Amino acid sequence: MSPCAAAARPRSRGGHEESASQTAGPYVHIGLAPNAAGIPMFGGRDFGAAMIAGDPAGPRIVLTCRVLDGTGAPLRDAMLEIWQADAEGHIPPRDPGLAGWARRACDAETGLWRLETVRPGPVAGQAPHITVMIFARGINLALHTRIYFEGEEANAADPLLNRIDPPERRATLMAQPGADGGWHLDIRLQGVDETVFLDV
Amino acid sequence: MSEPPGGLIPRARGLHPPALSPDYRTTVLRSPRLAPISFSSTPSEETGPVFGHDLIGETDADLINNFGPGNAIGERIIVMGTLRDETGRPVPDALIEVWQANAGGRYRHAKDGYLAPLDPGFGGCGRCMTDAEGAFAFRTVRPGPYPWPNGVNDWRPAHIHFSVFGHAFGQRLVTQMYFEGDPHIPLCPIVRSIPDPAAIDRLTARLDMAATIPMDARAWRFDITLRGRRATPFEGRP
Repeated sequence: MSPCAAAARPRSRGGHEESASQTAGPYVHIGLAPNAAGIPMFGGRDFGAAMIAGDPAGPRIVLTCRVLDGTGAPLRDAMLEIWQADAEGHIPPRDPGLAGWARRACDAETGLWRLETVRPGPVAGQAPHITVMIFARGINLALHTRIYFEGEEANAADPLLNRIDPPERRATLMAQPGADGGWHLDIRLQGVDETVFLDV
Repeated sequence: MSEPPGGLIPRARGLHPPALSPDYRTTVLRSPRLAPISFSSTPSEETGPVFGHDLIGETDADLINNFGPGNAIGERIIVMGTLRDETGRPVPDALIEVWQANAGGRYRHAKDGYLAPLDPGFGGCGRCMTDAEGAFAFRTVRPGPYPWPNGVNDWRPAHIHFSVFGHAFGQRLVTQMYFEGDPHIPLCPIVRSIPDPAAIDRLTARLDMAATIPMDARAWRFDITLRGRRATPFEGRP
């Protein structure tokens, strides 16, 4: 092996290098949300199907999003997972009415992803946000991003948002309030409004 | 109050396939072109959902018998391994979920039109938790290879999809397990999206005759390593 090739190799971590990621493929739903995909498994229970587990404190919100490819077309085969704080900003949530974690397939016809949840509180000096992982065919390593809320005062001091340069790109993480009281965000994988993805 | 979790060690990006891997054509329109923003992990990534062993049913990890009439058709196999993080520590009580094609190479999915038949006794997914030492095991049938629309004549090697939760959401990993000796491994554009041959080798399960059950099932060993985290200041104290 040439010295350059050797230098390009990932450094060893004591013989325990991380396993490489592979795409979740087109059929991620049959593995991770089989009942939603029409396959009766595990006594009918899909993990992550219910974010609201009781009567959690805080304002209820309906969050929708779409993931758009380089042509602007929505991914209809994607699966999104989220992880969030409760309304008091505890992560993991201490509110027994909130799971904190949800897993949901995008709609097979429209690509729309929809979740009923609670607006999270600020976490450890960070503005209220929701952590998102995107899994789909053609995505080799799950894409990690966040959803913030447009108009939230704490956004101005959020350390991660302030890291984003140019500042105009921060808008790609801002869910917008809709006329129906819900919040919506389009996640763009490519293009002039490409979403900010994270290496955290 | 519980102990603060250790911060996550930065992900070894060079071990993972790049987002844009043009030979795997779907990545061309689905890969971000700008660099990701680097940021030290925060509680949002250092914590994660907790799953309990009580959430797992008795037959959930037995793909031969966890769907329909069961007794799935095909080579009966056991897939077993240990989940560790990159510091070498076993990861106990972690959720592992798997999904796969049946022995003919067909998925139980409305959009899979491959001409191999569906097996009424095979659903194609299972789940289990790692034990106190990070060990896990599934029983299933060996999935078949199948053609897929990428190049004109691309075939996937036989594989099982794995979804793994560690103890932090930032450790989340979805990957695939391949079988030692499969001639399709070096030909597959999805496998070849991984830049490091050693990393491909680590996704390749080994036949383990010591764990094989005579006259029943062969065993394949597949160890998984998750992104690591620094020890907490409290770890190891009495």
